[in-house]
Amino acid sequence: MADKEHGTGGLKYDEKKRSWPNELNIFIALIVIVAIFEALGQTLPYMNDQSFLFDSRDRFDSIFNEARLRIIILQVSIIGIIALGVTQVIISGGIDLSSGPLVGATAMIVMSFAQTELVNGNPNPKAVFGEWAFDLPVLIPIIVGLAFGALIGAINGSLIAFTRIPPFIATLGMFLVCRGLAQAWTRGKPVSFPTEGYTAIGAGMMPVYWFIGLAILFHFILRYTLYGKHTYAIGSNEDAARMSGINVQRHKVRVYMVASMLAAFAAIVLSSKNLTAQSGMGIFYELYAIAMAVIGGVSLTGGRGSIIGTVLGAMVFGVIQSGFTYIKLDAYYQLMAMGAIIISAVVLDKMRQERAAVKS
Amino acid sequence: MSDIILETKNLTKHYGGVHALTGANFELKKGEHVAIMGDNGAGKSTFVRQITGVEQRTSGTIVFDGKEVNFSGPIDAREAGIETVFQTLALADDLDVPDNLFLGREMTKLNWLGPFRLLDYKGMRKATMEGLERTAVKIPNIRNTIQNMSGGQRQCVAIARTATFPSKLTIMDEPTAALGVQETEQVENIIRTLKKAGDPLILISHNMRQVMDLVDRIVVFRRGQIVANLKKEETDGQDIVAYITGAKTAPEYEGAA
Repeated sequence: MADKEHGTGGLKYDEKKRSWPNELNIFIALIVIVAIFEALGQTLPYMNDQSFLFDSRDRFDSIFNEARLRIIILQVSIIGIIALGVTQVIISGGIDLSSGPLVGATAMIVMSFAQTELVNGNPNPKAVFGEWAFDLPVLIPIIVGLAFGALIGAINGSLIAFTRIPPFIATLGMFLVCRGLAQAWTRGKPVSFPTEGYTAIGAGMMPVYWFIGLAILFHFILRYTLYGKHTYAIGSNEDAARMSGINVQRHKVRVYMVASMLAAFAAIVLSSKNLTAQSGMGIFYELYAIAMAVIGGVSLTGGRGSIIGTVLGAMVFGVIQSGFTYIKLDAYYQLMAMGAIIISAVVLDKMRQERAAVKS
Repeated sequence: MSDIILETKNLTKHYGGVHALTGANFELKKGEHVAIMGDNGAGKSTFVRQITGVEQRTSGTIVFDGKEVNFSGPIDAREAGIETVFQTLALADDLDVPDNLFLGREMTKLNWLGPFRLLDYKGMRKATMEGLERTAVKIPNIRNTIQNMSGGQRQCVAIARTATFPSKLTIMDEPTAALGVQETEQVENIIRTLKKAGDPLILISHNMRQVMDLVDRIVVFRRGQIVANLKKEETDGQDIVAYITGAKTAPEYEGAA
């Protein structure tokens, strides 16, 4: 190929030569963490030979403890969907704190459009609207939810792009607005009893399929489309992006809209899975989503990170959560341990970067 | 007049009460390389910023390629055919060489997808190789991110960017200010390549040897005004320093500064 033979001023360009991908480090970390829990399970006296990863009691047809694996991935998939959007925001040099409360608000609104008229032959006791809103086709609540997400994202993005207030402040304000809206929507009462079509969205392992499907889609978008390239460019050097003719403001609005629509979709899946919507839904989700991205190597200074990294970060997150329960760590200490792990992940990443910078 | 690519008449820029640039009359012929010299604050960069549309002039006219122009921003100027290498390099650290070369004007496929249209990585790599070849820029691996490159390599990428796209005028604002000896030489070689190709250039530089080496003509700025317009053959380093410091003013600019 001409590509490989033509050198640049005598030096060859090697298509195969790539640097060690950061994602591989996270994958190795994931394996190490699983191994640590497995080892703890074998050595701790009170564990009775329970295995973390393997089917030690012959409950399944495979060698793995399928029940645990299923729970791990199911647990992270809904927050994982949010993390896919948060990843894009962070790569573009911003931050989105509003995604958790947005889940709460969207769930409340969407569920109001997904209610069924009769519950066991009796009228729906949790009805929000009148008769017109009963038994609507499942597409209507989905569209309402995504439109609401797009609106919140557009407000976030416009505030950040046009008034130039820091993303932290803009989305912190939206954090409170959304949580307030979720509470005001029904004055704190839960919204329940969705239609059958709506319950199918998040039933069983559906959240996992949504997470994986969306991860593949956004991996492709970030890597191979103009949208993705401009997201990295703006996060890497906003002035350079602007001087090069990229419409930075418009692009930021787009990124926040995509992120909020993903959070809104996570709310749809979550409320469908739980068969109810409550104003307190999604508490801490924004922080967990950011943590997944950060564990996955997404740099908070922008410009670096990937969807694969975030998916692996989500898996690390899930494994740690499940592992703490497995070794019977008191729930009160789990949050503390999780915090410590997130901080060490960032410290390790920073040290690795500095070492790489010295080498080159 | 058709051999003049750029002409400014009475170009003036005031920042509030500060007269950064006053009545600059400047001409550049096709294929000509001109250096702009002067002390810090003499108005060199201000002059360039008016031409490239980064700032809006207070008064005066700019004629580029036979037409009077009013650029509302650097993108306008670039579309008209003025490529600029700014003092602060406009490169994105986390992207590789082709990505940076094509920043803001990526080659794409399936354009009906709007903002989600696909990038033509192969086409961009090919064009990058050709652009680097043309400027004889040496980059070990174009897939490396800019972050891991030396100052010289980064500067070369920034310059190769201007050479990859067809342009009518190239402007470089102190391209070798922060570079070592070898790296400076590399940049100077690129400038010689541009000269051979007949591309006009405006070079802002403090380096006397470099200027005497590379350009055809030297324009000296002092306190916001042009004070000399010297053919290289008719001047020398001492002469130019005299104009820069104010010991001398060319007769046709008497009364200035």
